[in-house]
Amino acid sequence: MKKIVLILSLLCLPFLAGGCGSDDRAELTVYNWGDYMDPEVIAQFEEEYNCRVNYETFTSNEDMYVKVKNSSDTYDVLVPSDYMIERLIREEMLRPITKDSIPNLANIDDSAKNLAFDPGNQYSVPYFYGVLGIVYNTAQVTDPVDSWNLLWNDKYASKILMYDSIRDSMGVSLKRLGFSMNETNEANINAARDALIAQKPLVMAYVTDNVKSLMASGDAAMAVVYSGDAAIIMSETDSLNFAVPKEGSNAFYDNFVIPKNAQNPELAEKFINFMLTPEIAAKNIEYVGYSSPNTPALALLDASWSENAGFNISNEDLARSEIFKDLPNDVMEIYNRAWTEINVSK
Amino acid sequence: MRKCFKNLVFGLILLFLYAPILVLIIYSFNDSKIMGPWAGFTLKWYVMLFQDRYILQALYYTLIIAVIATTVSTVVGTVSALGIYRMRSKLKRPYLLLNNIPVLVPDIVMGITLMSLFIFIGMKMGLTTIIIAHITFCIPYVILAVLPRFNRLPENIFEAALDLGATPRQAFWKVLFPEILPGVTSGALIAFTLSIDDFVISFFTAGNGVSNLSITIYSMAKAGINPKINALSTIMFGCIMVLLVLINIRSEKGIKNIQ
Amino acid sequence: MKSFKEYIAYPYGLWMLIFIAVPLLVVIWFSFLSNPDFKAGIYTFTLENYQQFMDPVYLELLYRSFLYAVIATLICFLIAYPLGNLIVSLPGHRQNMMIVLMIIPMWVNFLLRTYAWMVLLSGSGLISQFLGLLGFRDVSLLYTQSAVILGMVYNFFPYMLLPIYTSLKKIDPDLLRAATDLGANHFQMFLKIKVPLSLPGIVSGCMMVFMPAVSTFVISNLLGGGKYMLIGNLIEQQFLTLNNWNFGSAISMVLMTIIFLVLGIARLITGKEFDTGGQLL
Repeated sequence: MKKIVLILSLLCLPFLAGGCGSDDRAELTVYNWGDYMDPEVIAQFEEEYNCRVNYETFTSNEDMYVKVKNSSDTYDVLVPSDYMIERLIREEMLRPITKDSIPNLANIDDSAKNLAFDPGNQYSVPYFYGVLGIVYNTAQVTDPVDSWNLLWNDKYASKILMYDSIRDSMGVSLKRLGFSMNETNEANINAARDALIAQKPLVMAYVTDNVKSLMASGDAAMAVVYSGDAAIIMSETDSLNFAVPKEGSNAFYDNFVIPKNAQNPELAEKFINFMLTPEIAAKNIEYVGYSSPNTPALALLDASWSENAGFNISNEDLARSEIFKDLPNDVMEIYNRAWTEINVSK
Repeated sequence: MRKCFKNLVFGLILLFLYAPILVLIIYSFNDSKIMGPWAGFTLKWYVMLFQDRYILQALYYTLIIAVIATTVSTVVGTVSALGIYRMRSKLKRPYLLLNNIPVLVPDIVMGITLMSLFIFIGMKMGLTTIIIAHITFCIPYVILAVLPRFNRLPENIFEAALDLGATPRQAFWKVLFPEILPGVTSGALIAFTLSIDDFVISFFTAGNGVSNLSITIYSMAKAGINPKINALSTIMFGCIMVLLVLINIRSEKGIKNIQ
Repeated sequence: MKSFKEYIAYPYGLWMLIFIAVPLLVVIWFSFLSNPDFKAGIYTFTLENYQQFMDPVYLELLYRSFLYAVIATLICFLIAYPLGNLIVSLPGHRQNMMIVLMIIPMWVNFLLRTYAWMVLLSGSGLISQFLGLLGFRDVSLLYTQSAVILGMVYNFFPYMLLPIYTSLKKIDPDLLRAATDLGANHFQMFLKIKVPLSLPGIVSGCMMVFMPAVSTFVISNLLGGGKYMLIGNLIEQQFLTLNNWNFGSAISMVLMTIIFLVLGIARLITGKEFDTGGQLL
């Protein structure tokens, strides 16, 4: 027994010693989507500003909201999407941005600024944008990829991946039926729900981040994904392509925001400004793969990016797409219930 | 023939139990980021593992949580078991009932009740909350392992030792403790195993930069596990095997000594 | 042992009150509230969270969780019982070795083991390729009901094996020999002696598998691909995504009540208190 204890404590010793080194550098807590920032860029920031970054990730805006709202944890930088920013602003959970501390805001293209969810960019700084679309395996999909109807085609049964998020899956179904992504009419929402329930036997899985490996291995023939994820998969695997259906889709803008209760707002602004530096932004884009509004950074990218359909979103595709709005609570309850029913159905 | 059949059954069961572990080990040497086709032998994931701050930090938290939770729950559990053993039955019943709750209630319910408490009283999620949670679900197992040992003891063993001239300290360490030691050891081992392997309760009670290996692996499992994690589990699996072999050699020696 | 007084257990009693009893009460209390606003001090007492659960959608979910857990428990039992008998028939030191070999996999993080199954089961994985060689083309086993049940069986199997093995080991071999001497055939000996004597082990093994299986959300999430939601997923979703803690609390309470009911039944069968101590190792 004594020997076991001895061995165990010896095994633990290096870690205890390694972890106990006191660290009085300033701390910055960043809460971001999974796989949405190059770790090397973060390390570079830590070095340059002599601080420590706590980096945590979430898988949906809703998860992020619940955590920020309920938990006693505080974050310095969040990266929510448009409609969630709208909600956070409405609930007075954000802190206005001091634009003077973020001179690199000038690098951002005007098309990503001053959008309806945050007029005048009082609270948010653009990070990435994109559209929802279909990434498909050109060897397996023989039909033209121009409509959401393809996801209901039983030729591809068990080869279809859907996106595991309420607003996105419901949005696809709503658009296919000719409704708005921000539909508030209960009958229309229920029609979209029924369509998804009917589609479920064809679906291989509802996934988020593991789209990448399932598409790369050829296990799935097509998947509903965000353009940037498509860009990364396509840059690593041949015979994949990306298209935005003609019915229109969801365009999203993910921006940096600083919560009201941030512990270190000055450092947070330095961080945001650092992320907008062209060289850093370019490096980050090559890791993340999403479309960036940072014009000087785009000029620094490797030439291969200019041919990537997931990275270069056409203006027509953007124009056909809607940005999510933050829906009132009673409408969200209809959505939530519909989503549970889809999840529960066979 | 019968023996053949037996060995076949054992072989199949062991294959079933070890197949996933073999997969992890094999892919820790595969020169590809995805767990797909074999792309050549490499040791680079082992090198990269020791450069990955997030994984090492998660490992550090996992171990420190397990060591603290095991130590505290073993000591508190043993002492409390002694107290419970001496308890009037009126008090003993509610004690044992409360003590059994973490054992019987599903992890997810334990997790959300503790999370609700921490949020309700405004406690900051982090290392403290996760350690409190682990201690809370470890102590009951220690008590369940130690209490039967006390129940089996002769009524006045401690006083007999005192009467025979032992000091209270001697009577405790030389007479009482050796009797309950097997229970304490297995209680501590259960606590350590539970703490290292726990995901659900930690998932609900962790926060602010503190995450253990399970939480890190869960968030990775959705995107595709990094082979660095495979390398780490291969190392940990190797350590367990070495430890077991050591214990085995020791106990075999023990048997020979007795003979 | 009179030198030791019960008060040395009091601190732990306090700990249990704060971290076991109070949290449970908080969640029970949550489950009876509708949209409380704690900052404004508004609490409305309601039964609507429980009524909401009576909806056929959720009852179907409850039924599915039950069904999967029962199937997984049954499979575990059907493998573990014969296996336990085989192990007991081995010589002593080989018995120990076999048991240790069966437990070692549990020391590898269970999420990693589950993830490894994702790799094994996927369309490009080993098992599908093997089936492909046998002529079954294009079978993806991942993200199916079977995958979820397999995950449960794999992860919780040792919990079934250990209590069964322990109770079988306790049976006095002389008893079995006596039965055969007195003219019992193999089948009678098995049914009339072995099964009744190992019943406590069987029941606690079944409970140890059933309980985590019925409440899991990780296995269904990773191996079911979000298609086979279980009650654990519903609870997780209410707390972490939909922010409806009151409904989530009510579902947790329903789940807990069901488990206590099942425990009660198990206690009736064995006629004694369910015992989980020391069975992990």
